[in-house]
Amino acid sequence: MSDTAATESAELAAARPGRLGALADTLVRSVGPVVLALVAGAVILAALGRNPGTFYGDIVEGGLTRGNGLQESIIRAAPLLLIAAGLIVVFRANIWNLGIDGQFLLAGVIVAGVASPLDDALPNGLALVLLWLLAGAVGAVWTLVPAFLRAYYGVNEIITTLMMTFIGINVANLFIKGPFRDFESTNVPQTSVLPVERRLPDLPGTRIHAGIVVALVALVVVHYVMTRTSFGLRLNVLGANPRAAVHFGLSVKRLIMVSFAVSGMLIGFAAAAEILGVWGYVRADWDPAFGLIVVPLVFLARLNAIAVIPFVALLAVLSIGGDLAARRAELPNDFLLVLVGLILLFMAITEYLGRKRELGQSYLTEGLRQSLRRRAGR
Amino acid sequence: MSESAASTSTGNAGEAAAKRPAVQLLGITKAFPGVVANSDVTLVALEGEVHCLLGENGAGKSTLMNILSGMLEPDSGDILVGGAPVEIDSPRKALQLGIGMVYQHSTLIPTLTVLENLMLGATGLVLDVRGARARLAELAGMLGVQVDPDAVTGTLALGQQQQLEIIKALWRGSKVLILDEPTSMLTPQGVAELAAVLVRLKAHGLAVIFITHKLHEAVEMGDRVSILKQGRLVGTIEPGELRAASPEELQARIVRIMFGEATQEIADVAELERSVEGHRPRRELPSELAIELLHVSAAGDRGQVGIHDISLPVRHGEIMGIAGVDGNGQRELAEAVAGQRPLAAGEIRLDGRTISTLSVARRERLGLRYVTDDRLGEGTVSRLSVALNLVLKRIGEAPFWRRGVIQKGAIDAQASELVARFDVRTPSTETRLGTLSGGNIQKVLLARELSFEPRVVVYNKPTYGLDVRTTRAVRARIREQAERGVTALVISTDLEELVDLCDRIAVLSRGRLAGIVANEPGAARRVGELMVGRTVEG
Repeated sequence: MSDTAATESAELAAARPGRLGALADTLVRSVGPVVLALVAGAVILAALGRNPGTFYGDIVEGGLTRGNGLQESIIRAAPLLLIAAGLIVVFRANIWNLGIDGQFLLAGVIVAGVASPLDDALPNGLALVLLWLLAGAVGAVWTLVPAFLRAYYGVNEIITTLMMTFIGINVANLFIKGPFRDFESTNVPQTSVLPVERRLPDLPGTRIHAGIVVALVALVVVHYVMTRTSFGLRLNVLGANPRAAVHFGLSVKRLIMVSFAVSGMLIGFAAAAEILGVWGYVRADWDPAFGLIVVPLVFLARLNAIAVIPFVALLAVLSIGGDLAARRAELPNDFLLVLVGLILLFMAITEYLGRKRELGQSYLTEGLRQSLRRRAGR
Repeated sequence: MSESAASTSTGNAGEAAAKRPAVQLLGITKAFPGVVANSDVTLVALEGEVHCLLGENGAGKSTLMNILSGMLEPDSGDILVGGAPVEIDSPRKALQLGIGMVYQHSTLIPTLTVLENLMLGATGLVLDVRGARARLAELAGMLGVQVDPDAVTGTLALGQQQQLEIIKALWRGSKVLILDEPTSMLTPQGVAELAAVLVRLKAHGLAVIFITHKLHEAVEMGDRVSILKQGRLVGTIEPGELRAASPEELQARIVRIMFGEATQEIADVAELERSVEGHRPRRELPSELAIELLHVSAAGDRGQVGIHDISLPVRHGEIMGIAGVDGNGQRELAEAVAGQRPLAAGEIRLDGRTISTLSVARRERLGLRYVTDDRLGEGTVSRLSVALNLVLKRIGEAPFWRRGVIQKGAIDAQASELVARFDVRTPSTETRLGTLSGGNIQKVLLARELSFEPRVVVYNKPTYGLDVRTTRAVRARIREQAERGVTALVISTDLEELVDLCDRIAVLSRGRLAGIVANEPGAARRVGELMVGRTVEG
């Protein structure tokens, strides 16, 4: 009797002082890889004979302090934030939607192809709203096949979404070279261009289009849904413990279909923001490949829709400022990818060490990690 | 069998001297958070002897063998191999020491040939194919089996695959062979072949440790039987006794050891037994049925038995026990009733109304509840709070959610009330469930399932792994619910528990109903007979 009481109180005691430590762990895990990546990037720059101080200074200048730097960075952040929102919805439910680029590009091309005629036929505001919804619908539809196969036949959605991306990118190019091709423009196939004045309105006094507002609202909504609603709890339960979801009587198949569709919709929105806000058209073989850059950020933020904002902001600044810095340092502007790669590398190292020394929690939820392990053939 | 009889009769005089201990486990203790898997277990495997390790699932057999094969390290205790103390810190070390293990589930790669599978662990740059062929022929000869070295492993029968597993375990010259539930996937013929192989291994002086939960196998194949229960060694039957007694006597004896009646010396059990004052008085029960299973069949998971043609009428307020050796369809039955497992045939009626096709959620709403035995694996979400775990079967419903939005006040109030009523020891209702002890997690589960007017509750091993105090509290709760007219199906592998609680006891064997016994004096023995009878038959 006293024995059980003793173990109970010991357990209670052990549970409490973890609080502060857990916070520190979270900080180390989230910020650590980014800092280490920047340091390692500096070492690489030095090895290439560039001054890292100058390079990072140029990034800050290009992405923040220079004339339009800050505005450019905010514009770049809009689609990235929407993609992050879309990823959080599925990752929380233990579903790997890695078909981001296919969903994004297909939604973007269809929106670009339809934009001009629709805008001619309808008032500008209504046309923009419809185009926005169309992009969401296309993104959602492109998740249907992987979602259905996963929900009803348990087919690994990592593979199906990646394959759907391959198909999606090619179908998008088919559209550009076929029905949506604007023959009046250059010899590189492209869609017709939505005139600048008919694109998304800018925030007053800036060049920043309204997409950033939609993105931030989307993140707040996703955060609210994931933390305060029954739908969010269902997704969290499914993600944390799929067997428990069955035991609790959740309709797992429907949850998979819906979370996939919402994810595709938000990624479609990202495409709408980029096309209707920045480009106005899509040229053949254009692919910003935002998807896999956002994935590590979402995990650094522990699938928290608010916490992901600073990470995306950092990435946006790196991406905009990186152009200037790379140009001045006479490096290819893919150097950003090197930094993202380094972040991933250090995340992996932190994860490995963390497992070894029980350093806080994993980047992945328990469900995601186990599903990965299962798929790795264990 | 005849062969072993021959060898014992010829070598009887020198036998005792010849049999040296191959491996000795002395005072092994291993604890996991919340449960002591092995408590001061001592086990000696002699050369040329099959030592059967018998026990329920969760009795600590696998933990003990994982310690011996280097997968786990003991908290305390010593391991002696060939008389010398050793430290086994990895499976590789175990192999070096001559301890080979055959796992319950195949570790062979089905797309490779027999020879390739055997050479997987080979070191060195160039594969010694010729040497491997010779070694395979040698081992196959020793086992008395025929194996085609170039056959693709996946095409072999399960029995042959297992022979290959044994060959693989012996590949590096092991002197000790551990077989973990080796007959679970075999046909009767495969079992007979395995028995013949064991006889030959003994003749070659190997020490075999044979893990099983089937009594008749232990008695037929073992030279010595050790019985584990709740992490402790509760009995050993020496070779002399094994030879002297008839199989029936031995099985009866083992049942007594495994399921109590002869275990007064264990304090915990003794304390429980004091709470059992004879048998339950016969209660007057209404004649209407609360839940009725009609010829219910359902498929099992891969490699597990399903349930076949089970008909079980249970009356209002009745406590119906479901007895049986673990893995004989209990979980499948519970899941079929709860709606988690589709029926292949038959019908389930709740209060006369068929519920066979209703979803888990609909059945829950009708008052059908399932207290799962897998508390952490499916019963709860350990990283959510106690409060949320208490409403996880009511997600989205008023008053805890309104228009899909969580109402923290309502959830907290509900949690505070249930925590008090069910005596859950937790720092607060916001504590993560995973930090609670096993007993308190079980109380959370009970609190959730017994709130909102339950009508029929399926309890799957409700006291499994709990300490004595919590066990008593849980049983009291089941009784109290029954007094209020809540019907209970209590699945347990603990016969004493069923005798203590139930009005009637149904016995499951290989997924079939072996019989239903009214809980009268002598019921335990009859239930035991039903359990064993079927097992022997199969």
